Amino acid sequence: MKKSLMDILCCPVDKHDLELAVDTKDDEEIIEGTLTCTECGEAYPIEDGIPNLLPPDMRDEAAA
Amino acid sequence: MGNADNDRPSLAEQRGVDGHVYQPAEDSALLAKAAIDDMAAPERVLEVGTGSGWVAEQITDESDARVVGSDLNPHACRQAREQGIETARADLVAPFTAESFGAVLFNPPYLPTEPDNEWDDWMEHALSGGADGRRLIVPFLDDVGRVLTADGVVYLLVSSLTGYETVVDLAENAGFETTEIAQESYPFEVLSVLRLAR
Repeated sequence: MKKSLMDILCCPVDKHDLELAVDTKDDEEIIEGTLTCTECGEAYPIEDGIPNLLPPDMRDEAAA
Repeated sequence: MGNADNDRPSLAEQRGVDGHVYQPAEDSALLAKAAIDDMAAPERVLEVGTGSGWVAEQITDESDARVVGSDLNPHACRQAREQGIETARADLVAPFTAESFGAVLFNPPYLPTEPDNEWDDWMEHALSGGADGRRLIVPFLDDVGRVLTADGVVYLLVSSLTGYETVVDLAENAGFETTEIAQESYPFEVLSVLRLAR
């Protein structure tokens, strides 16, 4: 994901700001990292360049 | 595909589709064209349930907007990203900040489905609209107003199978004025694109 996407992302649960921690990136995008809610502390992973912003209760059931 | 106890073919079989990600069809083309023709010049556009990313790609090609796609399905997210679409895995519009988008497009899963036949796999999820075909339309309408700019609009694909009048009522109850901006008839359904504005 591009860093500028942060401007329009929030915690899906309480709508507070997210804090970005970058593990790996290339010239344009964050490839691996974590988005953490500044209010509730829930962590959302960025994997293969895609932020997974499903609320925690949907992460597990949504598998196939 | 998990239909061992049921002779009814899966939605995917009925629609002649296979794989994990909904691929563009007549409804996708109708939604993309209607939105492109109708849209002013939004700064940002969100496609909810972007699937293969095809509709988002059309908007990207035909406008100056920054287009973002969201999907519940991780396979769809990957496929859309490979098409060059900025993608987030999301439950409808939940992780987007208020007043972020000048336009939001949604081609919801809408085929009415018996409960026993649901949740078999990702394709079933992409097609099934629950018992009344409106499983995701109701929560979408509840929250989409939050992410729209003041003059933002929603483009919603509605099938006659979903109950056109009911969807119009739901949208109006959610505070939108509705306009049908496109319609096409097919052998088993009429597809419409509704424009929702406030």
